[in-house]
Amino acid sequence: MIGYAIRRLALAIPTLIAMLTMVFVLVRLVPGDAAVAMLGDRASNAALQALRTQLGLDQPIGVQYLHFLTDMLTGNFGRSMVSGRTVLEEVALVLPYTLELTAAAMLIGTLLGIPLGVIAAVRRDQWPDYVSRILSLVGLSFPGFVSAILMLLAFAVWLHWLPVMSRATNDPIDHLRNLLLPALNLGLIMTAYIARVTRSSMLDVMGEDYIRTARAKGVRPRSLILRHALGNALIPIVTVVGLYFGTLIGNSVLTEIVFTRPGLGKLILGALQSRDYTMLQGLMVVFATFVIIVNTVTDLIYALVDPRVGLAQ
Amino acid sequence: MTDATVSQAAPKRQPNPVLTAFRRNRFSWVGIGLLTLIILLAVFAPLVSPFDPLKQNILHRLSPPSAQFWLGTDSYGRDVLSRLLYGARISLSIGFFSVLVAMVVGSAFGILAGYIGGVFDQIVMGIVDVMLSFPTLLLGLMVAAMLGASFENLIIAIAITETAPFARVARAPTIAVKRREFVEAGRSLGFSPSLIMGVHILPNILSDIVVVASLWMASAIRTEASLAFIGLGVRPPTATWGGMIREGFENILSAWWLVVFPSLAILLTVLALNILGDALRDAIDPKTRSAQ
Repeated sequence: MIGYAIRRLALAIPTLIAMLTMVFVLVRLVPGDAAVAMLGDRASNAALQALRTQLGLDQPIGVQYLHFLTDMLTGNFGRSMVSGRTVLEEVALVLPYTLELTAAAMLIGTLLGIPLGVIAAVRRDQWPDYVSRILSLVGLSFPGFVSAILMLLAFAVWLHWLPVMSRATNDPIDHLRNLLLPALNLGLIMTAYIARVTRSSMLDVMGEDYIRTARAKGVRPRSLILRHALGNALIPIVTVVGLYFGTLIGNSVLTEIVFTRPGLGKLILGALQSRDYTMLQGLMVVFATFVIIVNTVTDLIYALVDPRVGLAQ
Repeated sequence: MTDATVSQAAPKRQPNPVLTAFRRNRFSWVGIGLLTLIILLAVFAPLVSPFDPLKQNILHRLSPPSAQFWLGTDSYGRDVLSRLLYGARISLSIGFFSVLVAMVVGSAFGILAGYIGGVFDQIVMGIVDVMLSFPTLLLGLMVAAMLGASFENLIIAIAITETAPFARVARAPTIAVKRREFVEAGRSLGFSPSLIMGVHILPNILSDIVVVASLWMASAIRTEASLAFIGLGVRPPTATWGGMIREGFENILSAWWLVVFPSLAILLTVLALNILGDALRDAIDPKTRSAQ
């Protein structure tokens, strides 16, 4: 297990470097160069040249690449062209809001999704299964921002149950009210996803011989489903929840924009509107690093719950 | 004589599993019907649209759905229904072409990686893993922001986000097919690798790729709408579904129809593609097929 953990952690390093290389290439896709894109076509040559020097664009590409790699690997993600703060400072300011939102969504997603998937699998091809499958399919078809807008329209604009805009507040109840709709939006989409995976995972496990043996032995149905079947069915679900993290982050960006919540979404949108490429590049690296960390941790958890993984390597 | 020909032909052509499954799964017809309808409406948009989608009409600003304007008008007095119909062309074509590009490029790399193996395989799959570690939407956002949003650039941006899954899907069955006798036979007869990959391997893994294509086209349409919503869509005044929601969002307190109808259009299109993809997957996956 420890050997596997070390190998898995070592694997994250080339992934990280390859990711940085890709971001480096992406940023250089800008037609013309980043300086022209940031200052516009009408900027003076002197201003362009000054910015190029500041961004290091006047150096040979190999040197730029090495600088970029060392900067990024030492945690120097650059400075926002607009606010002057470093990318990490900006991220640290809003990260708690995004983490709170994604954590709440994951909670809703697993608490609703797993039971829904189990019921669908146990009642296969009966009405609870059909209802759950149709709901999952609809949930999976919603782009995150569309469901967010429709929920905003229904609960805030029409029913007036909840605020249309999130406001900064110190009151914990207000804080929860601000969190509720965005978290529900992300959580329900995730529920659809988890329910689907749980159903198919449960169906796989329920067809195994040991379940038949347990049933023949007279294990009570409740214990059979919850302990014997779900216990093993959870293994692939852990992986899938981990892999879903990237999608969740993407959806949370749009959800934050719809609900005017502070967070990484607003940061990205701001960088986009002010053509702050340093910020965009830094955010891209931060996001991808998050995903790589979560994927690595997911694999480690997987090895922990399924001892066969460590042995097979 | 006839009997002999039939028995000779029989092992060659089995009943098409996809058609059989579609015949059994009635729900899949909902998806096919819906998708056909949306495609027809998009193709014949100039014929079925009641108004010019770009025609502004100050007298009818923000009018709610009525007998004249079935789905209401926007803040420039443009007819929402007409814009919706023309918007379908943008969504469907960006979805289709981006998936086509991703499918061709991704599958080519996947087949090559699976067939050649070794270091090349490791490099390609390494890049694929890295690309998968970028959240789809953020990668699309980044590329679209860098290239500048236009019809062609959006296709490129979305295609880049979807190439990696195709490479992965094409690689696994290539490795399995590579070891089968008929490929060995072809190789020992001296067929060139490109002939073997094109004629022997590609047709055998095509079904897997097509399933992924329909599911990723659903995702592509979602991504396009999301990018348009944050302002990285085909430039206004061209009607796009995501762009319509973006504009309507400013008037959400007074004009619900501006966001609700484009939302439904996106939802129904993505849903239809997902139903279709699911049905195709069930048809191809022997496990679910035998269970039905």
